[in-house]
Amino acid sequence: MEKGIQKQPLGKRLMKQWDFQIMVLPAIVFLLIFSYGPMWGVLMAFQEYNLFKGFWESEWVGFKHFEMFFTAPEFWRILRNTFVISFLKLLIGFPAPIILALMLNEIGNMLFKRVVQTITYIPHFISWVVVSGLMFSMLAVDNGPVNDLLISLKFIDEPVSWLSVPEYFWSILVTTNVWKEIGFGSIVYLAAIVGIDPALYEASAIDGASRTKQIFTITLPGIAPVIMIFLILGVGNVLNAGFEDIMMMTRNLNNGIVMPVADVIDTYVYQMGIMNQRYSYATAAGLFKSLLSITLLVSANWIARRFNQESLW
Amino acid sequence: MKLSAADKLVRTLIYIILSVLTFITFYPFWNSFVISLNSGADTALGGVTFWPRDFTLNNYKVVFKESHIYDAYLITILRTLLGTLLSMFFTALFAYGLSRKGLIFKKFYTLFAVFTMFFNGGLIPYFIIVYELKLYNTFLFLLLHGLISVYNMIIFRTFFNQLPEGLEEAAKIDGCSNFGIFFRVVLPVSGPVIATLSLFTAVTLWNDWFIPAVFIQNQHLIPLQTLLVQIINAGTTATLMTNLNSYAQSTIANTVTVKALQMATMMVATLPILCVYPFLQKYFVKGVMIGSLKE
Repeated sequence: MEKGIQKQPLGKRLMKQWDFQIMVLPAIVFLLIFSYGPMWGVLMAFQEYNLFKGFWESEWVGFKHFEMFFTAPEFWRILRNTFVISFLKLLIGFPAPIILALMLNEIGNMLFKRVVQTITYIPHFISWVVVSGLMFSMLAVDNGPVNDLLISLKFIDEPVSWLSVPEYFWSILVTTNVWKEIGFGSIVYLAAIVGIDPALYEASAIDGASRTKQIFTITLPGIAPVIMIFLILGVGNVLNAGFEDIMMMTRNLNNGIVMPVADVIDTYVYQMGIMNQRYSYATAAGLFKSLLSITLLVSANWIARRFNQESLW
Repeated sequence: MKLSAADKLVRTLIYIILSVLTFITFYPFWNSFVISLNSGADTALGGVTFWPRDFTLNNYKVVFKESHIYDAYLITILRTLLGTLLSMFFTALFAYGLSRKGLIFKKFYTLFAVFTMFFNGGLIPYFIIVYELKLYNTFLFLLLHGLISVYNMIIFRTFFNQLPEGLEEAAKIDGCSNFGIFFRVVLPVSGPVIATLSLFTAVTLWNDWFIPAVFIQNQHLIPLQTLLVQIINAGTTATLMTNLNSYAQSTIANTVTVKALQMATMMVATLPILCVYPFLQKYFVKGVMIGSLKE
């Protein structure tokens, strides 16, 4: 830029572009209060926060809440649930949309393809409240379609109360997640498939590769970079084991029978902080999760770079 | 291209798998819709699958007897409309400011915003801030929550950066102020981006049950989805049933069950989304693309 303008005092230069500064101002103030405020507020994990005393008057207690959290009898259970549920979601929920995209790509009938896409995208736009309501209805003991079907196929003799068996909870949760997101998740991969050079298919067809073989030799490698990016993001996100889905599938954490396998760090933070009003303790638990998450994201990216693949930074 | 026998087999399998997937995605919606239109007493006998056996609108009549549902509907509609409008306005304004060349502190502002995408203080400190600002239990907070979306800001900014410079120059020569350019030149040509982002924002606001559940205590300020949580989960089904009994005794003679009511309420909360879905579909594929290009 021109040197002359640079040399003017800052105040004067700001005045000159006051209108642009005013455009930016509301958002900056908003983020300062509602995003940076809570980041600063994380310090209350080291306090005995009292709603009536407020942040400035509350007493400092050091690592007390962290110690309490790490030695709580439910700590290991919650940590296990967080890791297992997240891992299962990644293991099954991550490849599912890729497989769907690969299958959709093989469909020649455009009408059929459109119908499948239109229908499978829908659940993404439906709230977890409604999705859980649908699942409760499908899995109901009395006249639930799943029970009816399994009985008529003679797989079971009498209706099973699916949602009251802890052993089934993880499968139901993961299946519901896949059901909800598989269609929408496939969009990016379908777009990546469109970007593959058609000449590759022609060349391999001349070499005698079958259509099915091409899925694995051309389509899948063609979208590998996109898959890698989403995998890194997925691993970084792994501890977000899901919150809304668990809240809803356990009827707002009220389904006591499955809670031992259902509570994760996020639901625990909600339970301790909002329901029991142990603000500082819940903040400590939440902070612990954030630190774990950041560690995971950084390591995932580091591993990806070591393998000389795509990385986020 | 000719397909081998093995290819044909694979293709047939794919058609079958996709048909099953489509069916299991569609059936829960359809079945719930059918149950919501079927007499509750008849549904309890079992076997209601694809079509109402004992058609009735009584379930919906009872749902709309629940007086809270009108409040809830109003709150949801107001929040969705105003929230989307405000969020789009302030986010676009922010993005436009940031897209201007020579903006002082541009780098700082951008970093300041992007940082919040990766780090946040978590639910409890957020709750405390909201509480200390006296925004707890107010409708204003329902509008403020998520007002600035950094993610949407980046999409807006990318779009504004690509606008031809001549467009703004021409307006400037005509004596337009910078705000005037934003309102009269930039916003009108941003139709498709605004439409895409608005639809996503609106769906998110419509579906949100959690923020009101945590931050709103006043039953009259609760949106539809949060009311639905109460109805689907045990607690207020009892209250709903007492409401129902007085009404049921007079008109519908006990054919309405809790399940039928839940299904009808779910449909009431979902049908608007399903109605805008065809319009949504046109835009969201584009939206997902813009979003992933950013990576």
